[in-house]
Amino acid sequence: MLNSELRELYQQVILDHNKSPRNFKKLETANRTAEGYNPLCGDKIDIFLDVENGIVKDISFQGSGCAISKASASLMSTVVKGKTIEEAKKLFEKFHDLITRKLDEDESIEELGKLAVLAGVKEFPIRVKCASLAWHTMLSALKNDDKTVKTE
Amino acid sequence: MTFKQEPAVQELKSIYDVYRIREDFPILKIKVRKKTLCYLDNAATTQKPQQVLDTLNKYYTSMNSNIHRGVHYLSGVATDAFEEARIKVKNFINAKSEKEIIFTRGTTESINLVAHSFGRKNIKEGDEIIISNMEHHSNIVPWQLLCNEKKAKLKIIPIDDNGEIIFDDFLKLISNKTKLISVVYVSNSLGTINPVKQIIEAAHKNNIPVLLDAAQSVNHLPVDVQKLDCDFLAFSGHKLYGPTGIGILYGKENILESMPPFMGGGDMISKVTFEETTFNELPFKFEAGTSNIAGAIGLGSAIDYVASIGIDKIAVHEGALLDYATQRLKEVPGLAILGNAKHKSAVISFIFDNIHPHDIGTFLDYEGIAVRTGHHCTQPIMQRYNIPATSRASFGLYNTLEEVDVLVDALKKVIEVF
Repeated sequence: MLNSELRELYQQVILDHNKSPRNFKKLETANRTAEGYNPLCGDKIDIFLDVENGIVKDISFQGSGCAISKASASLMSTVVKGKTIEEAKKLFEKFHDLITRKLDEDESIEELGKLAVLAGVKEFPIRVKCASLAWHTMLSALKNDDKTVKTE
Repeated sequence: MTFKQEPAVQELKSIYDVYRIREDFPILKIKVRKKTLCYLDNAATTQKPQQVLDTLNKYYTSMNSNIHRGVHYLSGVATDAFEEARIKVKNFINAKSEKEIIFTRGTTESINLVAHSFGRKNIKEGDEIIISNMEHHSNIVPWQLLCNEKKAKLKIIPIDDNGEIIFDDFLKLISNKTKLISVVYVSNSLGTINPVKQIIEAAHKNNIPVLLDAAQSVNHLPVDVQKLDCDFLAFSGHKLYGPTGIGILYGKENILESMPPFMGGGDMISKVTFEETTFNELPFKFEAGTSNIAGAIGLGSAIDYVASIGIDKIAVHEGALLDYATQRLKEVPGLAILGNAKHKSAVISFIFDNIHPHDIGTFLDYEGIAVRTGHHCTQPIMQRYNIPATSRASFGLYNTLEEVDVLVDALKKVIEVF
């Protein structure tokens, strides 16, 4: 049977997002894009954003990666849509604090909404990069920085 | 368990008592996440037997001193032990002379030594160096750097779907521009044992020297540099049950003689004035600075250990593990093995369509199983097969059939989750 830490990491929601990722396509209306790469495991992700008046009107992604990185990208795409750039940045800060054990879970887990299912990552420091690759890439796209984002 | 066929088990038992041998490796007794360690990452590094650990301890407790030139007792003892280790290496690979054995930090440094010294001297603009599509980054990047510097060209031997070199294509790459061929003997990602003897014969017909990256071969099969007739051979101590930070470059004496030093410093000189320096004789010419003395002596001890079991027997034992593991892994639904060469070492890379190697690695870790997941420092192989990464189980002299079962059972559990 599955160990409890493993079960916490690979929750049903994560496995579901891994199997059927949301917004997993190329966005034809995208006006900002960025590519992310994790040389450690070969994970690659392309983020497409449609940003208007400082608001993320639409977002999608493509690429290959482990269940954690794919689910994280998929979840991110669902929560960021409709948010302002500032809101998206703040959300990432909170999320990053959560998975690196810097956040008091009870305090602000509500603000993270669906993203809280990735809290299990904090038991696996090696996998923090998997969970944050999509976010780093999105932030780079928001800056309209064409460089490939690397986690190493 | 229809796959637990009698012959494999019997063969393993008759070759040597693997359970007795496991007693020599203290680390194999540790628990990982409350499970017995199942160490299947031997292509990355091997564990060390007590005999090697004792040698290191003995060196630092009763022999530690800087070697060569010392007039005191300890320096003499340490020098003797260091030079004795060199002779052990010489005998292990059947080199003609200990002058041909250079201590380095590892395979990577050995290859870089050849690139910097032999390469800088002999490679000119328009020349070509041949490597294969299955090289480790350590046998790609040094040549790329050299080629960029010299405006030379790197030519790549293609590989087929089974992970074998396409020999006819290799022959077509040879021309009068070819100045060096540097190929891996056994692939760390695919397990392929390359036809290095034939490669060397074809190269020598055209007077082209050959370097063999033997990092994954000296620990798995008998290597005889005179029979192979290779011009250079590089390997690391830590993959041969010895310490990290020590490796070997073998080179034919006449070629090493013709090469300029790689690094300058102490020990590699015979006379220094501010106007001029004359260099020490082989092999010291290439060993600037204080060597990893403990590492070299530890490597000598590891060679003794491997010889006490017999590299032929280790090859048979690992061959049985490879056959059994290959057969059993095929039971796992959705698993595909990458690298199906006819001649293979006990390395198995595998992939699933729907499960990323990184997820596999995390699950197996919770079963106490150590495998490697990623590109294994062979990104061009991943590009060749259009995959991001693989999971790799690699076996050593102390692995058992039961450990193969542990791996297969764990993988069956993983696929239930996804």
